Amino acid sequence: MSSTKFILGCFDDPDDLMHGIDNLQKNSIPIYDVYTPMPIHGIEAKLGVKESRLGYAAFCFGCLGATVIFSIVYYTLVHDWPMNIGGKPHFAMPDFVPFTFEWTILFTAFGMVATFFAATHLFPGRAPRVMDLRATDDRFVIAVDAKGNIPHDDITRLLKDAGAVEVKHNERKYVSYE
Amino acid sequence: MASHSEAIIREPLITGKDITYAQITNEVLLPVENKPNMAWWIGFALAVAGASLWVFSISWTFWYGIGEWGLNKTVGWAWDITGFVWWVGIGHAGTLISAVLLLFRQNWRNSINRSAEAMTIFAVVCAATYIFGHMGRPWLAYWTLPLPNQYGSLWVNWNSALMMDVFAISTYFSVSLVFWYTGLLPDIASIRDRATGLRRRIYSILSFGWTGSVKTWQRFETVSLILAGISTPLVLSVHTIVSFDFATSLEPGWHTTIFPPYFVAGAIFSGFAMVQTLLLIARKVLGLENYITMFHIESMNKIIMLTGSIVGVAYITEFFIAWYSGVEYEQYAFINRSTGPYWWAYWSMMTCNVITPQLFWFKKIRINIPLSWVLSIIVNIGMWFERFVIIVTSLHRDFIPSSWVMFYPTWTDVGIFVGSIGVFFTMFLLFIRVLPSVAMAEVKLLLKSSSEQAKKKLIDAGHLEPEAQADYIKALEKYDSVDLTQYQKA
Repeated sequence: MSSTKFILGCFDDPDDLMHGIDNLQKNSIPIYDVYTPMPIHGIEAKLGVKESRLGYAAFCFGCLGATVIFSIVYYTLVHDWPMNIGGKPHFAMPDFVPFTFEWTILFTAFGMVATFFAATHLFPGRAPRVMDLRATDDRFVIAVDAKGNIPHDDITRLLKDAGAVEVKHNERKYVSYE
Repeated sequence: MASHSEAIIREPLITGKDITYAQITNEVLLPVENKPNMAWWIGFALAVAGASLWVFSISWTFWYGIGEWGLNKTVGWAWDITGFVWWVGIGHAGTLISAVLLLFRQNWRNSINRSAEAMTIFAVVCAATYIFGHMGRPWLAYWTLPLPNQYGSLWVNWNSALMMDVFAISTYFSVSLVFWYTGLLPDIASIRDRATGLRRRIYSILSFGWTGSVKTWQRFETVSLILAGISTPLVLSVHTIVSFDFATSLEPGWHTTIFPPYFVAGAIFSGFAMVQTLLLIARKVLGLENYITMFHIESMNKIIMLTGSIVGVAYITEFFIAWYSGVEYEQYAFINRSTGPYWWAYWSMMTCNVITPQLFWFKKIRINIPLSWVLSIIVNIGMWFERFVIIVTSLHRDFIPSSWVMFYPTWTDVGIFVGSIGVFFTMFLLFIRVLPSVAMAEVKLLLKSSSEQAKKKLIDAGHLEPEAQADYIKALEKYDSVDLTQYQKA
């Protein structure tokens, strides 16, 4: 039995990568993931990746930030320590605007980025689980789970037909796992 | 695959005929993966000398107090706030390039955004040091935060523009840092996967385990776009709020509604000038001419010209409104600015900020590198004078002639200012040694759509009419790297 865990099709051109995806999909071979050194637009639709919902997270965090700071300013300035300055009203809305605005943005940015890191499992010091070291340099890599997807030679041929410069039969899932 | 279809006659964003993805990585990482050259060491030694001066001057200030500065009973703000506003303004171009230009789909930002964002972070750090310095008792800086305390119901004064500043600057700094670092992750991963030993371990920690899978990229782009969307109004708000420090007062010369837009324009103006100052040197020293091209330099010069003109209109409007308001104190403040004892500062500002940038109307000057560099420094000097003029000339003669005085800086004032420039350059020089100064992933994105070689491929494929092709070849003449004979054959 073959010890290949993953078959990697390495392309040096994003258009060829797209052809590779087409070739595999036409032959009903499921694609595990695609790794690229830069974002490739239009690939999500091809691979059926759902649209990101980070925008909703951003909106919620923004609302939270606005509520938190507005409450703090209201509590301190209007409720806990109202100062009489020239007989002006304590609940001076225009003064609230800059603080509310700044913290809306602060919470949105931090909340959304934290959500992004959590959702994509990125955190400081995480061992890089890279399948091919050149996928962050100049190679566009299609990874196919070898288990159940045999014969491997057919997959290799399909990838090569699409213009893969190299097809790897990896015995380990991650080459950079430490 | 290209994200957009770009007109073939548009100037290429990456020059050079045989650039590959691997070459982009190699060239951008050249200063990161190799030992620094002599030019870097000389620059670094000078910058560290400046930074040491800053450490000494600020320590002197903290030891002996603010009395060491040239401030007096009338001029209570001078070089410190001048330096603060100047640095914050410089920082604005970074966010502008990374956020506003991203929202407007200006792809030429891709080559310059990383350095500009780094510049933002370092400039805001320099600005923050002035705030802490001016506090006199910097160890009590946390008093600016609304923290529960044992002084009864004592809270910060939310009505104060200075309090708004605390929130604006801290938000601006932290959001810029997050934006910058998130953008760096794919490039740090590129360094990691090429490194060995200890370097690999360090970059591995810094890269957060980035792999570059499709879903990650998709979310990454969503995050970038939303961050750009919220950073754009943030940039405008920060300098608007900085201008409130002055505009909310009743001081003649400060109490004006034009300050917010005028400060924002000035910030972009000085920020782009500093980006130009840094990048014209960096592209040469780091060999990045193919990525930071003449098109980038010219585009930035156009922005400097535009914002310089806006600032010029603002100066003239201030004068008009002072006259039109009929307020004698206001009128005197402006006559005093241009003809009083600080006339030289006022006219230095006018010359550097209003007259000099107008030279960029001439294309020959816009695409002249040494001249662009000199003019960018003149703009930086002019913008420092602008802040000095606003602050010191308004304060030194206010309502009561008995309180009129002159302001003279002490060596501590000079040391802190010159030193802060040293601090800035020290951080920038360290940055270009350890992190990629060009956003590699974003530049790679342009290779197939907007590079010179991509455009040449389209010509070769016969996608241009002969007349249009002639125009295109003409447009390319100014690029050194283009061998025109290759295009003639197409």
